[in-house]
Amino acid sequence: MSFDHLRATYFEESAELLDSAYAALAELAEGRADAETVHALFRAIHSIKGGGGAFGFERLVRLAHAMETLLDLLRDGALAMDAGRHALLLRGADALADLLAAEKAGTGAPPGGEDALMQALHAAAETAATAPPAAAAGWRLRFTPRPALFRNANEPLLLVRALRRLGPVQVTADLSRLPPLERLEPEDAHLGWVFELQADVPRAQVEEVFEFVADDCMLAIEPLAGETPGAPAAEPVLGSEAASATIAPPAIADAAGPTTGAPQSVRVDVAKIDRLVNLVGELVINQAMLLQLGGTLPPALCPGLIAGLETLSQHLRELQEGVMAIRTQPVKSVFARMPRLVRDLSAQLGKEVRLVVTGEATEIDKTVVEQLADPLTHLLRNALDHGIEAPEQRVAAGKPRQGTVHLSAEQRGGRILIELTDDGRGIDRARVLARARERGLVAAEAELTDSEVDELIFQPGFSTAAAISDISGRGVGMDVVRRSIQALGGRITVDSRLGSGSRFVLSLPLTLAVLDGLVVAVGREAYIVPIAAIAESLRPRREDIHAVVGRGEVLAIRGAYVPLLPLHRHFAVPDAQPDPARGIVVIVETDHAGRMGLLVDDLVGQQQVVVKSLEANYGPIDGIGGATILGDGRVALILDIAGLGPAATTRPMPTAPHRAAPLQPALQ
Amino acid sequence: MDLPMTTHTPSHGPVAGFGAAPGAAGNAGQFITCTLDDAEFGIDIMAVREIKGWTDTTAIPHAPPWMRGVINLRGVIVPILDLRARFGMAQTQATRMHVVVIIQAGTRLAGLLVDAVSDIIAVAPEEVRPVPEIGAAAPERLLCGLVPRERGMVALVSLDHLLSFPDAALPQTADAVLALHS
Repeated sequence: MSFDHLRATYFEESAELLDSAYAALAELAEGRADAETVHALFRAIHSIKGGGGAFGFERLVRLAHAMETLLDLLRDGALAMDAGRHALLLRGADALADLLAAEKAGTGAPPGGEDALMQALHAAAETAATAPPAAAAGWRLRFTPRPALFRNANEPLLLVRALRRLGPVQVTADLSRLPPLERLEPEDAHLGWVFELQADVPRAQVEEVFEFVADDCMLAIEPLAGETPGAPAAEPVLGSEAASATIAPPAIADAAGPTTGAPQSVRVDVAKIDRLVNLVGELVINQAMLLQLGGTLPPALCPGLIAGLETLSQHLRELQEGVMAIRTQPVKSVFARMPRLVRDLSAQLGKEVRLVVTGEATEIDKTVVEQLADPLTHLLRNALDHGIEAPEQRVAAGKPRQGTVHLSAEQRGGRILIELTDDGRGIDRARVLARARERGLVAAEAELTDSEVDELIFQPGFSTAAAISDISGRGVGMDVVRRSIQALGGRITVDSRLGSGSRFVLSLPLTLAVLDGLVVAVGREAYIVPIAAIAESLRPRREDIHAVVGRGEVLAIRGAYVPLLPLHRHFAVPDAQPDPARGIVVIVETDHAGRMGLLVDDLVGQQQVVVKSLEANYGPIDGIGGATILGDGRVALILDIAGLGPAATTRPMPTAPHRAAPLQPALQ
Repeated sequence: MDLPMTTHTPSHGPVAGFGAAPGAAGNAGQFITCTLDDAEFGIDIMAVREIKGWTDTTAIPHAPPWMRGVINLRGVIVPILDLRARFGMAQTQATRMHVVVIIQAGTRLAGLLVDAVSDIIAVAPEEVRPVPEIGAAAPERLLCGLVPRERGMVALVSLDHLLSFPDAALPQTADAVLALHS
C-alpha cells in the first residue's frame, strides 16, 4: 500500500469515525445514551487521534487528546455530562472535522482556530482535577497479553518499567491460565499480571503506557479504592473483558464488535462492485436474449426450456437486486452533515432551530447519496434562511421560539422519499406571483393554482440575482436543486401553507444503474423513454392534430394543446412513420417546457434497462442521456427528456434552456 | 471469423532509434495495414484491441456521415467510424465481409470500419515521410506519415486526431490524400 493510499484510507475512516462520534453525541443530547455511548465516542476520537499521529497532523492530535482527556473523566464518572460539556465536545468534533478537511485538502487550517476551544476543553478537565478525586491513591491494572503481543515483538517487561516510572508498582502474576507442562504451547501467551500502581496519576497517563499494545492484550484499569475487592487473579480473565474500563482496540469503530454487537463489514473498492454490477447487467441482457430465442422454438422441441429460462430470470433478478444492494449506503452519511449546518447557520442567522432527523438508516445507491449532499444542503439553508422566522417573530405569531426542521427518509416501493419539513412562514404566493410576473415568467393575466405558483420557485431565472428574499447571495436557486435532483432521476415537489411552513419532497430512484424505461420504435431504431417522465401515451385522432404555422404541430388533448415532437424528424431517422395519426404519441413532462408529445412509430414494451455510458467512448449528445443494450444485443439510446425540450419547444423560453446532466451510468 | 490477413513480420521488437527521429518519424513501429479500395492505411498495432466483422450499428442522431453509430462490444458502447467516409469519400456499403478494427487511444475505444485487414508491417523511423500539405484540405491531420512500400504506399493514421470526435470541425473532403496513391 502506498502512502497516499494509506492517507486516503485514513481520511475515509476518520469521516466514518466522526459520523459515529456525532451519532454518539446526538444520543447523549437526546438522553438515549447508555454506558457504551461515551466509550464509543471516546474510541472514535482516540482512533482519529491515533491515525492522525501517524501522519503527523499535530494540531489534530492535540485537539483530539484534549477531547479525550475530558471524555475520559466523563466515562469514569469523575465528571457528569451536562449541556456545557456536551456543547464543548460538539465544537470539538466540528473542529476535528475542519482540521481533517484542511489536512485532506492539503491547505492547512487557519492557525489558532481551535485555541479557544482547547483552552475551554482543558478548563473543563481542570474542574474535575480540583473536584474531589474519584480515585484515591492509584490504579489496579489487569493485563493479559494475547499471543499477538509477543509476535509483534512487544516486551511486557518494558511496560512494567514504564509503569514503574509513574510510581511504585506491585506486581502479581496471574498463573491461572498456565497449562500443565505437557500441554504447554510455547508460542502462546499464558500469563497475566495484576499491577497495583500507587501513584495519583491521571488515567490517560496509565493508558498511554499500553497505547501500542492495546490491540494485542486484554487490559482492565480500575481505581484503587481503599478496600480491596475480591482477589482479582481468581476471576476468569475473559469475564473482565466486558468491564467498563476495557480499552477497546483503537483500530476502527467496527473492531469493537464483540462488545457493541456492531455488524461485521468489509471495505470493498467501488470499482470492484461496479464491475460486478456490470457483469450482472450483461447476464440480464444475455438472459433476455435467450428468452427471446427460446420463444421462437416450438415448445415440443425442448420441453422444460421455457420453465428453465424463467427460473433463470427469477434468480437473475434476485442476483441483480443483491448486487445493487451492495452499492447502497444509508443516507445517514449525508444526513449526518446536516446537524452541523443547522448549528452553524442558526448561530449565524440568530435563529433558534431544532433539527429532527429520522429514517437515516434508509439505504440508497452510493452515487445518489454522494450527489444528494448539495441539494439537501441548499434546501436546508433555504429553510433556515427563508422558512424559519426570527425568534421574536415566531413568538409574535404564537409559535414556539425554536423552529423545527424535520428531515426524514423512507423507502416507498422502488423509490426513496426524502422530506424536509419546516414550521416556518411558508411560501408567500402573492409575492412569488408578483415576482414571477415582474420577471416575465408568467403572463400578467394568467390565473395560476396554488401548486402552480409553488412550482414557480423552481423556474430558472426566478431566484437569481435579487430574488424575493435574497437566497443568501449565493446566486443559486431552486432550479439548480431541481436540476440536480432530476439528474439523479428524481423529482422534487413542494407543498406549503402560509404561516405554518413548507414541505419539500424528494423522490429518488433506488439506483442509477438501472432505469425503468419504455422501449419505443422509430423507423428501424429503438429508443428508451424513462418511465418517470411519461404522463401518458395515446394514438392521436387525426382531427386533434393541428399545424401551427412555422411552429410544427400541436395535439389537442382534453382542451389543452401539447406541442408534438416527431422523434424521427428530430433525430433524422429514415423509414419512420411520417403520419402522426398512424403513430403513437408519448406525452412526457419537462420541467421548463411543460408537456410535450413525442411522436413515435410504436410502443415495443416496458423493461428495466441497464444504463451505459455513451460519453466514455463518444461524447454527450443533445437529447440523449445514455445508452443501453436490448435483449437482442442491439444498442438503444435513452432519451434525455429535459435535453429534448429546447430544440423542440414551440413556445419561447423565458430563459436560456438548461440541459439536465447526463444519466449516471453504472460503469463506463 | 476468417480474416484476409497474412502475417509476415520481418522484425519483431522495437525499431532502433524509436521516437528519436523528428516529426512524423516518431510514429515508427509495427502497423496493421488495412485497405479501402486500393489505398492502404497503417494503424499502430499497439492501439489495436481486436478485429471483428461488421455488425449493424445504432445510429447516433445528428452525427456526421462518417460516424456510423454505436455497437455493443461485450457490454461497452463503442462508436464505429467509417474510415472511408472519414477521409471524405462516400459511406462504405458495409457487408458481413467488412472488417471493424477496434482501437484504443487514451481511455477511448472506437471501431474503424475498413474493407479488409491485409498485413502487419514494421516500419523504421527513417522510412516514414512527412505528409505534404495538400491544398486547403485539412484531413492530412488524420495522417501522420507516409511509408513507401514495394507496391504503392501506406498512409499512417493519426489515431489521436481520428478520435477527437465529436469534433466535426474537420472538413470532410480528402480526395487529395487518396489521389496521392495514383
